[in-house]
Amino acid sequence: MPTKHTLLSTAVGFGIAALASTAVAEEITIATVNNADMIVMQKLAPQWEEATGNSINWVVLEENVLRQRTTQDIATGGGSFDIMFIGAYETPIWGANGWLTSLNDFGDDPDYDLEDIFQLVRNGLSADGNLYAVPLYSETSFTFYRTDLFEKAGIEPPTEQITYTEFAEMAAKLHDPDNGVFGTCQRGKAGWGENMAFVGTMANAFGARWFDMDWNPQLDSPEWNAAITYYVDLMNNSGPPGATANGHNENRALFKDGKCATWVDATSAANDVRNPATSNVADVTDFFQAPKQETDKGTGWFWSWALAIPASSQKADVAKDFLKWATSKEYFQMVGDTEGWVAVPSGTRASIHEDPRLLEAAPFAETIKTAIFSVDPADPTRDPVPYTGVQFVAIPEFQGIGNYVGQQVAAALAGQMTVEQALANSQQFAVREMTKAGYIK
Amino acid sequence: MARAVSNRTKVANTAIAGALGFLMFFPILWILFLAFKTEEDAIRAPLEVLFGSGWTMESFATVQARSDYFKHFSNSVIISLGSTFLGLLVAIPAAWSMAFVPSKHTRNVLMWMLSTKMLPPVGVLVPIYLIFRDLELLDTRFGLTIVLMLINLPIIIWMLYTYFKEIPGEILEAARMDGATLRAEILYVLTPMAIPGMASTVLLNIILAWNEAFWTINLTASNAAPLTQFITSYSSPEGLFYAKLSAASVMAIAPILIMGWFSQKQLVRGLTFGAVK
Amino acid sequence: MATKASRSAARLMISPAVLLLLGWMLVPLCLTLYFSFLRYNLLQIGATPFAGWENYYWFVTDPSFKAAIQNTLVLVGGVLAITTIGGLFAAILLDRPMFGTGIIRIMVIAPFFVMPTVSALVWKNMFMNPVNGIFGRIATSLGFQPVDFFGQIPLASIIIIVSWTWLPFATLILLTALQSLDQEQLEAAEMDGAGWWSRFWFIMLPHLARAITVVILIQTIFLLSIFAEILVTTNGGPGTATTNLTYLIYVSSLLQFDVGMGSAGGVIAIILANIVAIFLMRMIGKNLDA
Repeated sequence: MPTKHTLLSTAVGFGIAALASTAVAEEITIATVNNADMIVMQKLAPQWEEATGNSINWVVLEENVLRQRTTQDIATGGGSFDIMFIGAYETPIWGANGWLTSLNDFGDDPDYDLEDIFQLVRNGLSADGNLYAVPLYSETSFTFYRTDLFEKAGIEPPTEQITYTEFAEMAAKLHDPDNGVFGTCQRGKAGWGENMAFVGTMANAFGARWFDMDWNPQLDSPEWNAAITYYVDLMNNSGPPGATANGHNENRALFKDGKCATWVDATSAANDVRNPATSNVADVTDFFQAPKQETDKGTGWFWSWALAIPASSQKADVAKDFLKWATSKEYFQMVGDTEGWVAVPSGTRASIHEDPRLLEAAPFAETIKTAIFSVDPADPTRDPVPYTGVQFVAIPEFQGIGNYVGQQVAAALAGQMTVEQALANSQQFAVREMTKAGYIK
Repeated sequence: MARAVSNRTKVANTAIAGALGFLMFFPILWILFLAFKTEEDAIRAPLEVLFGSGWTMESFATVQARSDYFKHFSNSVIISLGSTFLGLLVAIPAAWSMAFVPSKHTRNVLMWMLSTKMLPPVGVLVPIYLIFRDLELLDTRFGLTIVLMLINLPIIIWMLYTYFKEIPGEILEAARMDGATLRAEILYVLTPMAIPGMASTVLLNIILAWNEAFWTINLTASNAAPLTQFITSYSSPEGLFYAKLSAASVMAIAPILIMGWFSQKQLVRGLTFGAVK
Repeated sequence: MATKASRSAARLMISPAVLLLLGWMLVPLCLTLYFSFLRYNLLQIGATPFAGWENYYWFVTDPSFKAAIQNTLVLVGGVLAITTIGGLFAAILLDRPMFGTGIIRIMVIAPFFVMPTVSALVWKNMFMNPVNGIFGRIATSLGFQPVDFFGQIPLASIIIIVSWTWLPFATLILLTALQSLDQEQLEAAEMDGAGWWSRFWFIMLPHLARAITVVILIQTIFLLSIFAEILVTTNGGPGTATTNLTYLIYVSSLLQFDVGMGSAGGVIAIILANIVAIFLMRMIGKNLDA
């Protein structure tokens, strides 16, 4: 009798468990950014919804708003989102704070094949050996250039890494604003993830660094001065008007519209620029390495847009299921089949980068892979530094400092203050922040 | 009484005022045009946009496919109507008592109420966010309705107060003589007289609530997100976006613009804040 | 006239509004005050120790603080000047006899219905963008160098955008006030040989004084916390050229997530807002016997 009772209740228990795991459809909320690759994911996601019976609420935000909203929510444990798109900067910091769900168990799933995701990228999305996010795409920076304009101007496209000095000469020759072509388009919109991404790598090339080994800010160094002076001159001589309003997206639009001869920016934009369906310059664009100057260290940045699950999410299992789907081999193949292989996000999976369909549609994919592998976030500068990160410094205080310096650089670019003034302000601010945070005693 | 005006003066007035009206309205007119263009046409020179290119509904379809307009729209409607209704419920008695039973503190109370509107919202977002989290009000229409009601309450009270003040006290005395209770006095005597003023209060409050973009973006995620959030996803996407931005903008402002147009007379009549004696 | 009974009834009726607003003011205010004395950064987990006046010290000595105060004043003052003077002009114009009054009025009022995020986005992209914007196109086609609005004249550009929204509001209120002006008084003055200017100065303007006060009061309340327009267009830059107090608080508390310092900034802003409020109240007191 007791046995029977136990059996019965066990059976009932199983039944309920089975019901709970399969029949109950969950609704998850994803915070995402309005980049092209994420919009494709949004388009394909109904397939996952149909297959699993779950449904998705997409919250699409502009990058700055996304960053503020997600940070605010995760830091206060608001629990508004089950999945967030975050980057290579946030992931290790948030992971170490215990705000993200560990994804180590993805390694146990042979179908998912975690090892297939590039080691370098996985390292960038881990903290203390735990994986906290899985990448949709990863990028470094390189130079986009217009083959037709180079030919017209009689410039031989470089095969080796050129210097920024040579680059400026090139841009000046190509600059033809009367015909609506600017010698170069670079990020000018202030923000640590906007102008400072380009300016940071350029400063690295000029031998500059953010901090010395004792965390003293180095923004008043001659190297920073040389870099910013170069940047302001370059943009004034060969850039488009209103450059302080141009971030990555604005420049991408200008380049695709044929208004820029050169552009140093994210490799992840290559598939969009080379896609005839979305770009006017698909056939006349090619790439070379981002320039060097005093050193070739840290001249290309490293970034990754990845999916993570906040620890405050109550639907972690469903969220994990979506993460696996959205970064699986099958997903990338599906993008290739529906959007064309040229549109497949790059820098994530080894098997995708070896796929012949990709190599045929996007011959530059190999260049991108090589470029990404050449980056070493642990050794980003000529002089030794206590931090990791190429175009950012992986400490929580960097956001504030990077944004402020970005504003000062933008002010120098707009001609509102001198380079010296801008860097003096930046140094003062950085010293304040580092003192406040206790790095400088 | 009105002076005879020659047609020539009238034409001249019309021309100057018309030019002003056109200038003010042009930005809205322009996004209305761009919304019906393809992305490539939308960034062409102004004259080419107007005369040298075709028209299409494409952008509206893209916007609708990417973000569910009707969900955001209905959230906007519920939140702005809800906050206005709740606001009136609290404001009518308060304005009544200040207008008809004034004390020496009335003006100070009124000014204090207005001064609460001067608190910078960004300064108190984190505390409010934490409170909302603990009360489980994040991303709920109810929470947002309450916040918007509180933000606009001082304006509602002030507007109603100025209308009520214009109502002659003798009428109320007379009603009281006839044995009207306080409730009846408010419901049957006061309210009908204050209808024009209330109409414009309601309209102004709906407009303010519809357009409020700080709290609505920061306290919502998806379930309660109104049109202000809908628009943020079109602010700077990769690639060309003028047409999509225009279409989304038109969708976001059209309902309130149409409402404003139809109720223009009511709005204008009441929007005096006691400035006219 | 008020009896004791009606007095207590009145108190009862005003109390929900007063309590709600008091709660809405006091609860966040107390929390803000409390946070402003803590070392509390959302990005750093762990304890939030008492910090004394540290946050206030850091906020006030922030190099952007002085600029923020200055920009706030210029922004509020600039928009008030444009909208009141422009609104006066527009109201007088619209008050004159003309054809199609209704439609013209609608066109002038329309910008007031547009949400700030939309108006900022539209002005930034479709008009002020030096490459694809209309102003840039016109300048280029006439052979001029296009103006880089947000680079060269950032604060003025924001003032233009905000004024576009608020000019209709000022026009509306002034127009309503103007229509209540006694026409016979004006005509009599004209008979006596008063020119347009003296009629404007001695009759119209005094009549509009109350309305102008109201316009200034209401707009100041809204303009002190201008935020969306700056966030969408310049992010407070270049440098600190368009950082107002509200935006500076946003930077500390929501970009650097330094809640302690942001709260200190909030408290300072509240104090300043109250100074403005007292100032306004005196002004109102003279013109508005409420």
